Amino acid sequence: MSPIALSLTLIFVLIPLLLSRTLNLGLEKDTIIATVRSIIQLFAVGYILKFVFDSDSHIYILLMIGLMIFAAVHNASKKGKAIPGILPKITVTIIAVEVLTQGILLGFGIVPATAQYIIPISGMVVGNSMVLSILFLNRFTSEMEAHRNRTELILSLGGTPKQAVHTQLTDSIKASTIPTIESQKTMGLVQLPGMMSGQIIAGADPVQAVQFQLLILFLLLTTAVVSSILLGFLSYPALFNERMQMIRQTSN
Amino acid sequence: MTTYEPAIHFKDVRYSIDGKPIVGPITGSFPAGRITTLVGPSGAGKTTVLKLCNGLLSADSGEILVQGEPVGSMEPTALRRKVGMALQDAPMVNGSVYDNLALPLRLQKMELSESDAVSWLGDVGLSSDYLHKKATELSGGQRQKVSIARTLVNHSDILLMDEITSALDRGSRREIESLITQINEKYGTTIIWITHNLEQAISIGDYTWVLIAGELIETGESRILEDPSDERVRRFVRGELQ
Repeated sequence: MSPIALSLTLIFVLIPLLLSRTLNLGLEKDTIIATVRSIIQLFAVGYILKFVFDSDSHIYILLMIGLMIFAAVHNASKKGKAIPGILPKITVTIIAVEVLTQGILLGFGIVPATAQYIIPISGMVVGNSMVLSILFLNRFTSEMEAHRNRTELILSLGGTPKQAVHTQLTDSIKASTIPTIESQKTMGLVQLPGMMSGQIIAGADPVQAVQFQLLILFLLLTTAVVSSILLGFLSYPALFNERMQMIRQTSN
Repeated sequence: MTTYEPAIHFKDVRYSIDGKPIVGPITGSFPAGRITTLVGPSGAGKTTVLKLCNGLLSADSGEILVQGEPVGSMEPTALRRKVGMALQDAPMVNGSVYDNLALPLRLQKMELSESDAVSWLGDVGLSSDYLHKKATELSGGQRQKVSIARTLVNHSDILLMDEITSALDRGSRREIESLITQINEKYGTTIIWITHNLEQAISIGDYTWVLIAGELIETGESRILEDPSDERVRRFVRGELQ
């Protein structure tokens, strides 16, 4: 893309800015901040990736993945403050999902072990795992709050913490993974996935672009399901103490 | 005054949340095989006392003995089966009345036979017609009856009742009161019953604990509520403390 063509893409920023000003929507400041941030962040990532690809060093690859995981954990843990010690649990979840997926991809030779493949795929896996962790934590904390009396009922009948949260846990796992599964059902009919569209625009063979997109879709399915299940089973014990009591009880 | 063997004994028990005292120090006993009513104004710590009895909460200090055994040394699930609890809003799990009655045994990987389920329903005055009804379709009084029957399935020696009649009409309240009396007589179960209704506390309870602001102010046979010796209890009985 020529620099002039790239500059012209800013028309797509000017349209919402003008509309916001005309209709007094108050979106101008956020739109400008978002535009400037995305330009700086994406160019920075582009140059960093170029450097890492050129150097072809495993240390830089690991460093990049480490940074992605750090940012993802930091972001997701803000949503799980109601669960004691959530930071290490999210860290373990995201690292486990990354190791599992890259282990399968590289172990079976599905993709070559080069930075060009490992880093973008890691970005998608870590990013998706982060989103799923946030979705799961949002749902799980609200389910626990809404069904506090059910948890108390099971405990008071002699059930274990695992039995007491079973329904809330499985409902939260299902609720957080359903969007991933549902979006796969309409993939190609309602929307063309971003990565596939990008490859086709960049001149790749559409059938090959589809093959890679399928790989990513299936990968993200595992990422979604494993992230919410793992985080769920790591999280619920933190809500109880060794006497099988709910932590932060309030009674009159 | 008659002396009873204690089913549960509190010795200098204190409980606080984030450093704020909720109950204690409390020393007193719930007599075995009797119905004890637990009365006091809102926020007196009555529910906390019940949860301390079945280990849903642990005391900060002091000792609680259940049938002579310290609660801290009992396995939590075994303690809660021995000291059952019927909750105020009688929460039901999804499914039928049978599913709810079978729940205590399913938690132990066992099944409840239909004939046993019908028998437990009979104990709370419900016919076998209710067995396969959806639990969510029951009236408030019927839910409380199923909740009590569900607690009985664990063969608990002690039953804790947390304001189980507070949301019921007069007729349903009377039915539950007579039911609890029958259960107490039939199985010799110790009953500890939180109630806001002083008339109920006197007519149903053999024994009474009066809690005010986390302190156990008076204990004794329920007729103490007719002529309390403590000024705070007199004010509570007159309805001046809510």
